[in-house]
Order: sequence, then C-alpha cells, then structure tokens
Amino acid sequence: MTSNQWLPLAVIASSLLPGLIIFALPEKRVALRTALNLAGALAKAGLVGLLIAGVAAGEEYGLRHAIAPGIEIVFKADALALLFVTLSAVLWLFTTLYAIGYLEHAPHRSRFFGFFSLCVTATMGIAMAGNLFTFFVFYELLTLATFPLVVHRGTPQAMRGGSIYLAYTLAGGAALLAGIVWLDHLAGPGEFTQGGLLAAIPGLDPLTLQLIFALLIAGVGVKAAIVPLHGWLPQAMVAPAPVSALLHAVAVVKAGAFGIVRIVYEIYGIEFAQSLGLLLPLAVIAAVTILWGSSRALFQNDLKKRLAFSTVSQVSYIVLGVALFGPLGTIGGLVHLVHQGIMKITLFFCAGNYAETLGIHKVSEMDGVGRRMPLTTLAFSIGALGMMGAPLTAGAVSKAWLSDGASAAGMDWAIWVLWGSSLLNAAYFLPILHRAWLKLPPPDWPHEEIHPVGRRETAWLLLLPPLFTAVLTVAVALFADSSFSPLAWVRLIAEREYPNISP
Amino acid sequence: MSAGLIYAATGCLLFVLGLGGVLLLKALLRRILAFNLMGSGAFLVLVGLAQRDGTPDPVPQAMVLTGIVVAVAATALALTLARRWHALTGREDIARVGDAGSRARRMANDRRKVGR
Amino acid sequence: MTPLLDPLAWLILLPLLWATLAFLAADRHGPMLALAGIGGQLLCVIALAGDVASHGSIGHLAGGWAEPLGIRLVADGLSLVMLLLTQGVALTLALYARSYFSQATPPAFWPLTGFLLAGMNALFLSGDLFNLYVTLELVGLAAVGLVAAGGGAAQIAAALRYLLATLVGSGAYLFGVALIYGSYGTVSASLLGSLITSEAPLAVWLAGGLMLTGLLLKTALLPFHFWLPPAHGGAPAPVSALLSALVVKASFYLFLRLWLGPFAALSEALPALAQVPAALGATAILWGSWRAIRADRLKMLVAYSTVAQLGYLFLIFPLLGTGALALQAGILQATAHGLAKAAMFVAAGTLIKVGGSDRVLGVAGAAAHLPVSLFAFALAGVTLMGLPPSGGFLAKWLLIDAALAAGQPWIVVVALSGGLLAGIYVFRVLRLAFRRPTTHDDVPLPQRPAALLEWTAFALAAGSVLIGLGAAPLLALIAGVQP
Repeated sequence: MTSNQWLPLAVIASSLLPGLIIFALPEKRVALRTALNLAGALAKAGLVGLLIAGVAAGEEYGLRHAIAPGIEIVFKADALALLFVTLSAVLWLFTTLYAIGYLEHAPHRSRFFGFFSLCVTATMGIAMAGNLFTFFVFYELLTLATFPLVVHRGTPQAMRGGSIYLAYTLAGGAALLAGIVWLDHLAGPGEFTQGGLLAAIPGLDPLTLQLIFALLIAGVGVKAAIVPLHGWLPQAMVAPAPVSALLHAVAVVKAGAFGIVRIVYEIYGIEFAQSLGLLLPLAVIAAVTILWGSSRALFQNDLKKRLAFSTVSQVSYIVLGVALFGPLGTIGGLVHLVHQGIMKITLFFCAGNYAETLGIHKVSEMDGVGRRMPLTTLAFSIGALGMMGAPLTAGAVSKAWLSDGASAAGMDWAIWVLWGSSLLNAAYFLPILHRAWLKLPPPDWPHEEIHPVGRRETAWLLLLPPLFTAVLTVAVALFADSSFSPLAWVRLIAEREYPNISP
Repeated sequence: MSAGLIYAATGCLLFVLGLGGVLLLKALLRRILAFNLMGSGAFLVLVGLAQRDGTPDPVPQAMVLTGIVVAVAATALALTLARRWHALTGREDIARVGDAGSRARRMANDRRKVGR
Repeated sequence: MTPLLDPLAWLILLPLLWATLAFLAADRHGPMLALAGIGGQLLCVIALAGDVASHGSIGHLAGGWAEPLGIRLVADGLSLVMLLLTQGVALTLALYARSYFSQATPPAFWPLTGFLLAGMNALFLSGDLFNLYVTLELVGLAAVGLVAAGGGAAQIAAALRYLLATLVGSGAYLFGVALIYGSYGTVSASLLGSLITSEAPLAVWLAGGLMLTGLLLKTALLPFHFWLPPAHGGAPAPVSALLSALVVKASFYLFLRLWLGPFAALSEALPALAQVPAALGATAILWGSWRAIRADRLKMLVAYSTVAQLGYLFLIFPLLGTGALALQAGILQATAHGLAKAAMFVAAGTLIKVGGSDRVLGVAGAAAHLPVSLFAFALAGVTLMGLPPSGGFLAKWLLIDAALAAGQPWIVVVALSGGLLAGIYVFRVLRLAFRRPTTHDDVPLPQRPAALLEWTAFALAAGSVLIGLGAAPLLALIAGVQP
C-alpha cells in the first residue's frame, strides 16, 4: 500500500480508533480520555496538513475496496474533499477542547466522546467519499452517531428533539438511497467525476434524471435543512452546546450542503444540470430558505433557537452559490461552506458559555452581559457581524462573491435576496448586541455557575475556543488574497471544475 | 377404477377430513387424532398411486414405514404437551390466538407481574 | 475422499451423536458436549467450503447405497451458506446459553438443540423430497420441544399451537410428495426438475400448491404467522434466538429450492404466481412492523420484527428472472437477519434478565448500566433497518437493484418503507434506553451480568454488520448456484 492510499485511511482512523478506545474506557479515566481525544484531533490536523501539501502539488490520493460486484467503497481526497476535511478537522479540534471544558462534571462522558469521535469519522468519510455508495454509507453513519449525542441529556425535550431528528434524517436517507440505486441502475456506479458523470453518458431520459435529482436533493437536503425539510434543526438545539456546534458547523448540515455540491458538480455536472433546467428550481428553493430562516429567527426569544434558524438561512447561501451557474457563484458558495462554519461555531460556543456560566438561555436575559463576560461577548459580536456580512469579516467575502456570481449568472434577483437576508440578519442580531453591551446588567444572573477569577470570566477551556474562531473569522477575510486562505483553495477547486472559464 | 385409485381417493378424503379436524375442532385430543387421520390419508395416497401396474413398488412402502415412525413421535410429543397443559390449567383445549379470553388472561398475568 | 471422513455425513452424524450423549449424561456435561460438537460441525463446514468453492456442487451417497433406496446428500453454494450461518450462530448461542442457564437448564435443552441442528443440517444437504419431509419433521418436533422447555402454561400453549401448525404444514407437504411420487415415480429433486414441465397434470399443480403452502405455514409468512410471536416471544432467550434466526430460515430455504428446482417449470408457465409470495411478503413487512411498533413486551417486539423481516425474503420471487441479483439479495438478507435477530433476542434476554421486567418500558435507562447489550441491540437494529454498512443494507441495495431491473418499482417502495418502519420500532427501544431513569438514586443498580452474556450478543450483531463489508465471497458462492 502506498502512502497515497493509506493517508486518507489514516485521516479516518485518527478519529475512529480513539473513539473506539474511549467507548471501552471507564468513566473515571478522565486524563487518558482527554489525552486520546486531543491526540486524535492533533494527529488528524497533522495528517490533513500532509494531504493539503500533496494535493496542492498535484498528487492524487485515493483507495478502493470492492464489497460486491459493481459495488465499491471508494475514497478520494481531491481538492473539494480537502476543503471539507480541513474545515471539520480544525473545528473538531476546537470543539473537542470546548467539550472537555463544557462536560467537566457531566455523566456518561465516555459514551459522549465515543460518539463524538464517530461523528467526525463519518464526516471525514463523507468528505472523502469517491462515489455515491460510499457517500451514503457515511451519511447514514453520521445520522446514527449523532442521535445519541442529541438525546444525551435524556430529558423529555431531548427525546423529542432526537425523535424528530431521526424521523427527518431516516426518511431523507430512504429518498437518497432510492435515488442512488436508481442512478446506479441507469448509469453504473455513481463515481464522482470532475465535470459530471452523467454529462458524459449519452441517451439518458431527461425526465428520469430530473426525478432522480429531486430524490437525491431531497435526501441530502434534509441534513442541509432546506425548507421545507428543516424542521428538525430548531428542535435539535436541545442538545448540549458542543453537539450544536457539531450539528451546525462541523458535521451535519455541512454534510448535506457538501452532498449537494458533489451531486450538482460531479454527478450531473454543472453544465448538464443547467441544460436539464435543474439549477433555477434549486436557486429558488435556496432563496426561499434564506428568507424563511432569517424571518423565523427574528421571532425567537430562545438564543439557541434563534441561532438555529439563522443556520437554516445561512446554509442555503452555499446551495444558492452552487445553483448560480458560473465560477463566481461556485466560489462564493464553497467559500461560505468554510466561512459559515467558522462564524456559526463561534456563536454556538458563546451561547454555550452564557448558559454554562450564567444560566442565560433567552435573548431577553442578556441585558448587560457584555460587562460581565466581555471576551465572550466580543467573540459573539464578531460572529454576529460576520453573519450580517459586515466588512472585514468572513461573511463579507462570501457575500461579495455570491453577489458577483448572481449577476454573472444573470440572476439579479438573487442579489436582492442576499441584501434582504442581510437586513433580516441585522434585525435579529443587532438587538442582541445592543442589549449585551449597552443595557445595564440585572442584580442577579439566572443561574450563575462559574464565578470570575481576575480577568477570566469563565473556564479557560470555554473561553479560548470561541476567541480562536472569532480571530479566524476576521483573519480569513483580512488574508483572503493570500495563498493559504480558504478563498485561494476554493479558487483552485473552481478552476478545476470550470476548466474553460477562468474566474 | 383400479384398486390403487380407490385407495388414493380414499386417502384424499381422509386427508381432507383430518385437515378439517385439526383446523376446526377445539378439543386437543380430537385435533391430535385428526392429525393422525391426515397422515394416514397421505400414506394411503402414497401406496395407492404407486400401485398402478398391480406390482407393488417397495420404495413407497419404505417411505410409509418411515412416515409412520415420524407420526408416532409427533403424536407422542403432542400427547405429552396436551397432558402437561391439562395438568397446568385443567383445560382440554387451547384458545385461538387473538381470542378475547386469552388476551384478558395475558393482561391479568402482566398485572400480576407488575404487582410483584 | 473415504466415506468415513466425508464432512457431509459428519455434519448430520455429529449433532446426533452429541445430542444422544448429552441426553444420556442428563445435562451434566451438556454445554461442553454441545460446544465441542458444534465446533466440530463448524470445522466440517469449513472443510466443505473449499470443495464447494472449487467444484460448485458435491454429493455423497450415505452408506454407499444407490438411489432410490440410498440417501443422497448434496452441497452447493446455497446450502453451504446456510450451513455456515447455522453452525456459526449455533456456536455463539451455545456459549450464551451456557451462561444464561448457569443456574438451571430447562430439561432436555442441550439434546433438543443437537437434534434440531442435525435436522437442519440434513435439510440443507438432502436432495430428495421425502428425506426433506423427514428432516422438516425432525426440525419441527425438536423446535416445539424447545419452546415447551420453559415449562410454564403460556409456553406449553405456544408449543401446542406451534406443533399443530407445523404438523399441518408438514402434512400438506407429505401429501404433495405422495402426489408427486404417484405421477413420476421418483422423489429426487434434481430428476424432477427436468421431468416436471408446464404441461404437468393437475395433480402436480396441486402437489406444488400444497407443498409450498405447507412450507409457508412453517416459515410463518403472513397470514400463517399467528403461531410465531407467542412461540418465539415466550421461549427462553437462547431458544427464541435459535428459532427466529435459524429454524424459520430452514423452511424458507426449502421453499426457495423447490421454487427454483422441481417447480421451476410451473412458476415459469404462470409468472403471475410469483406475485403471490411477494404480495404476502409485502403485507407481512407492513403488518409485522406495525405490531412490533405497538408491542407491549420487548420479546414480542422482536418476534413481530421477525414476522416483518421474513417478508423481505419473499419479495425476491418476482425478481428471480433477473439473474443472480435477487437470489443474492434473498440469501444475504436471510444471513444478515439470522445474525441480527439472534443478537437482538439474546441482548433482549440479557436486558430482561438484569432489568427484571419483560416490558419494553423496562429498558428505560439501560444505556447507563448495560451498554454492551444495548449496543448489540442497536447494531442488530442497524441491520434490520437496512442502514449501511450492514448486511441488511447490502441485501436491500441488491433487492432494489433487482426490482428496478425487473421493472417492479412497488418492491422498491415496500423495501424502503419497511426500513423506516423498522427504524420506528428499533428506536422506540433505543430512545427509552437513553432516557434518564426515573427511579431514585437509592435504588441499587442491578448487578452486572456475566461478560459472556453481553459479548456473545455483541459478536453476533457485529457479524451482521461486518458481513455487509465482506460479502464478496458469499455473493460469489450464491452466484455459482445452478438451480
């Protein structure tokens, strides 16, 4: 086995093996469990670094294993895969640190971190899947591994959230499976191919292909929380904050959005999808989702619920970017895959900090919280400004490319959608910032758990991750033009997907 | 009609009678007897149909012998179970699945268990 | 190979031998005899596997007697897979049972298990219709004895009901054999395959109908499923596992063999006939799942799940014309379900034994104190739902592929919705297990069960999942089957 074959496997194993060992660990082996978690996360980050260097230099990484005639598990670490792999690996590292702090005295931590590692393993599999079969295997594994995390608290609300999550995702999985097998039946193994697999096969019935497209998009659209398949996301916010981070930024919704990217670009091919008339309906659905999510967020008093509806809206920026024909839209959508992750994880970390430190769950309880927790609130503010698309933040970069993409694709109405969404974002985030910084704090916090020590407003492990990701939010924008930014990587991908048009 | 066919026709009749008995009767002992009737019917068909030329065919004879042994074993097991059932409940029939009676009994059993 | 060393014969003789010894030893050495015996059987199957893989099909005449008086044993890829499944599951269950019955073994548990295995192995290896009848009866009677082994009134009633059902089933089968012998003067399955044509007399059609219906009764396909839930749900856990995982598969195997072999001409003459088992199977999937969703007791839930999962096996009949795909789907489903259902029943047994309640609600909070058993239950559930990478998933994939190839999209819909329904009843249990226990802290946690009880369940469940990743040799074996 060459290194080009084992490197993708090693990336998967770096979270799978620690996860399996952690399952077997007794609850009280805190130090060993923490060491395993961190070693896995760091090893993964290192391995991903090796992959990036290789892919940038034009190396090809991949592996196949036949499990039945015509059915293969295929891994392929191409540029697009690495975009998602890197995002998840980096954010996983932060989330692990955060979760260690967050769950310091909670029960069943072995179980929690075991499934946590499985989730990331599944995400790596989704990112590096080389065909639809492999994608589906890990996509369903992700569903199964996240369920125990969503219901981790064991309360009736958690149970309800978990059931709703399963109902949506399992039904979506069934639709996806139907679509994949149908496609396999018509066109052979659904190998992800640059420029599109179906584009190269003549004589396929357009109506059948449109139906299959609908099945596939419905299947992955559940996880991407496209309206009307988004109902599970606000319900699942009952989970502990690190899980919300996982659902909203690292793994689940990203897996859905990433699936849409793979299906549109590498199964259908962007030009073929355009000729089948599939892109306009997709863009319309994305636009509806963007506006619907933002307007629902406006009326939520529960902080995490407001953030959840905000995710519904923001993830569809990615979908919209995919549906805008042309390299500019592609760049905007793909770069938002990364940017949304960084910004949203910051917001969820901060929401978790408010809840853990002061017992604040509602927007109406946030008066003056900026004075008690200035650093957390600063990070929250950066994340929120980024979501609105304020200058010098990651959000601004995404929005600029998306707008250019919309006008290049001749869909000027999409620019209005983006502007409308920015206004709505401001309408639901600015009042929070106003409360937090400018109003006077109440005499007592709802449930103060962690008391300040000097300049440390809460536990270190809770404070550092959001500060890091907030810095990243600004950094990816400031250094967008450097050759190490997500934007630069995304331009590389777009060049490869549109060999004939230079962005 | 040759003698063989007469045997076979009688066998068919016995089989149907037996089948009806197993399915429709209530008393366990009668149902066990009815099962034996079914078996005998099948054996009669087996020897009857194989005797077309008037020369006896040894193969079905061997089969019927084997079959009788199997039927005896099955009958013995059925009788043992029926006796045990009678000893435990004092009943000579088993209620059909889904009967109101059996459901009520099941629920009573469950309640007892919960009570413990 | 000398007759004395032929693994085909020993696969039947060994279980008869150790069962007799276990009976004579009056349960004292039962577990050891069983483990040694089944271990030996497993070695025989492995020895056989090499021959079958290279020759396709091998035969043996018992005692050197020629047909028709002699008994001919044959093994091909299909029987090999079933043999492997049977010995593998039986060995793991024997380990479990040894620990489960550590205090008191039900009378005759070990001898009956041995006779059951002898009957099953003989069934998979027999090539003539009358021997198959004898093996069917042997399997049926031993299984009834095992159901009654619990000794309570409910178990005796379940055993009696099961006995009457199985006797009617094999009676119908025997009557069919009599009609066939009367028409053709032979009961050899391979000879009959070429003798029976689409112009067969009415008696042969009648025989086919009776034999196949009798087998459906024994396989508990809806509407003949009534006997299964009380028998499988009421027996002790190792027995439930043995019955649900293996015994019902034996009569399915025979149904499939008859359909592909002697009666192939009949089903080809009237293709609509194949829709009958498929339609019954589809109804079984929906009805069985519904009852499992509504079940009040844990083992009844698992038993009704068997009713539903057996339905999948019969969906393949209208698709058999599409080459090996449908057959592979069916056998893979039988294998994966066998492993998963055994795992689920023994995991449920442990949960009930430790938790002290046989209700579904009794599982509440089990994730905290019985994680391994619960994980086994969940993994088995993954197979039943047909989620990747399990064997159940690959089977479903192949089934859907075959259904599309045969132009029967309704089967796709049934297969997918069956998976979702399975999701409802599996997660009904898992959800409860994650619920925070409502009892107060002063109630002591139940004692941990023996490790063997938990890990045997886990091994079976893991097997049912891993077979999805390593199915290539198994599928190749089935693809080589010549009906």
